[in-house]
Amino acid sequence: MAAPTTTEPAAPAETDLSSLIRVAVPERGLRQDLRAAGIVWRREWIRFRTDRLRAVTSLIQPILFLFVLGSGLGSLAGRGLPPGISFRTFIYPGVVAMGVLFTAIFSAGSIVWDREFGFLREMLVAPVNRGAIVLGKCLGGATVATFQGIIVLALAGLAGVPYNPVLILTLIGELLLLSFTLTAFGVMMAARIKQFQAFMALTQMLVMPLFFLSGALYPLSGLPAWLTVLTRIDPLTYIVDPMRRAVFNHLNISPAALHKLAPGVSWGGWTVPLGLSLGIVALMGLIMVTVAIMEFNKTE
Amino acid sequence: MAIQTGAETSAEPARGQRGAAIQVSNLIKKYGDIEAVRGIGFEVAAGETFGFLGPNGAGKSTTISILCTLVKPTSGQAAVAGHDVVRERDTVRRNIGLVFQDTTLDTYLTAEQNLRFHADLYGVPKAAVAPRMRQVLEMVGLWDRRESLVRTYSGGMQRRLEIARGLLHAPHVLFLDEPTVGLDPQTRSSIWQYINELKQREDITIFLTTHYMDEAEHCDRIAIIDQGQIVAIDTPEALKASVGKDRVQISTSDDQAAITALADRFGLEAGIHDGLVTFSVASGEQFVPRLFAELGVAIRSVSVARPSLDDVFMSYTGRTIRDTEASAGDANRAMVQRFRAGRR
Repeated sequence: MAAPTTTEPAAPAETDLSSLIRVAVPERGLRQDLRAAGIVWRREWIRFRTDRLRAVTSLIQPILFLFVLGSGLGSLAGRGLPPGISFRTFIYPGVVAMGVLFTAIFSAGSIVWDREFGFLREMLVAPVNRGAIVLGKCLGGATVATFQGIIVLALAGLAGVPYNPVLILTLIGELLLLSFTLTAFGVMMAARIKQFQAFMALTQMLVMPLFFLSGALYPLSGLPAWLTVLTRIDPLTYIVDPMRRAVFNHLNISPAALHKLAPGVSWGGWTVPLGLSLGIVALMGLIMVTVAIMEFNKTE
Repeated sequence: MAIQTGAETSAEPARGQRGAAIQVSNLIKKYGDIEAVRGIGFEVAAGETFGFLGPNGAGKSTTISILCTLVKPTSGQAAVAGHDVVRERDTVRRNIGLVFQDTTLDTYLTAEQNLRFHADLYGVPKAAVAPRMRQVLEMVGLWDRRESLVRTYSGGMQRRLEIARGLLHAPHVLFLDEPTVGLDPQTRSSIWQYINELKQREDITIFLTTHYMDEAEHCDRIAIIDQGQIVAIDTPEALKASVGKDRVQISTSDDQAAITALADRFGLEAGIHDGLVTFSVASGEQFVPRLFAELGVAIRSVSVARPSLDDVFMSYTGRTIRDTEASAGDANRAMVQRFRAGRR
């Protein structure tokens, strides 16, 4: 490629590049779609990186839960825990999950924002598959949310959780899955909801119950029947539980205590295997991405 | 040093081929019972700058939206760059650049990031991205500000950046929907300077809508659109000539004598406006020498004014564009309300 050289920057009009740079926009294809998904993903990352305030504010909630609620309730709830395990350690996996919750939803919510400010139109009129845009968005949201989760992971030591490489990688993988599914959920909602306030109100309304019902803050065994049913319906349960199992498997505690604190999700006495648990979350994510793509294909 | 990269596409019409860039026939768009576009047809030649002039609510935006594949017509055909806007939507989209009335920039990104986003979305060949980006940014005078966040830009700069972005993938046709609406007069004229420069430098067809009379003058041809129909279509000069008469104002040593003389010798009816003897006559400039020779009253000054597009709009629709704005606004609102009510 012969790069066009502007010999005199002072007089760019003299260097007539116009007829020299030919741009043939290629036919639509997989490569094109991947490139489009890539730039949508990258934009998400750039926006996140430049918005420090958002990164800091999304950290406040997990820190409050972990250290204020965790320490405060610890004196009461800690009595049921085996020696050497603090309440903070117990809720740590749930708080890590929480760390990605709002970032993922907020990332998806930027679609509503983009619609209000016009940028969505730039994406929708482009000659690319809408699916590529939706996928790029979901992957972008998953990336920034996971990054946010990694910051909470960095606090592991303060919660009495060891910095074990296998544990950390497992948790990061699980966070990615969770973030992707959450963003897909948000994008699906954003396809329909046209106002940012409405989107935030509605998702908060849904996300908080999902979080509280997921067993992030309490063990899944020995609950009242109604709560047992609700926790089993909540999809977040199926990601919080594997995260807790991962954390507790790396703690130095007796098998009896492990069984008591991280019993796993059970359906009428049958313990759901780890693979199925993660599979449920992945399937939910895929279904929601598909619905989101269909929704965006319908508009305009 | 031509940069020839990326997949060559035989589907695209050859650049520089002089054919119709836009072909529209019998286009109709209905929203419920309301006909926003009522059977319009026209052609725009490649390389032409073509303007849609009319008040708000006349059907300009609906037409441009159909041509940009954003709205499906109720009936009729439209082709852009040789491709049908309904059946070959994606091909049309690859061949057009769009600048909307409202900004569609990500103001939290830099100008450069906005352009890169566009380049990747439109699949501009990677080797061409950097030089092309520089070229379009230089064209609109924003190269030095390429690393600034767009939200630090003024309204005029944002519009210029949108024009640059619309050109990035070297479209055959550039659509500008009210390119200068909401900008101050100075910025408006600078935007026009860029558009005019663009016409010289790029091999491109420009289709624009406007409700500013003075802006329509920049076009090679204009279609005057009113109530969903094209009422006239021609060059600005021809349209103005079709109104016929120029307005002549003279100041004389004896105005009353001059008025009488005009009536007696030339059969012209004159009156006094703005303290000057004023009358209308065909080809005013050619009339002036005769006036001096034959009037018989000393003339101190003469001015000849061509009819403006305001006069043109008036003569075709019987109303000024401003009259129309007021009533069209109401009609539009009523239409939207009825449309919404109907969908409930």
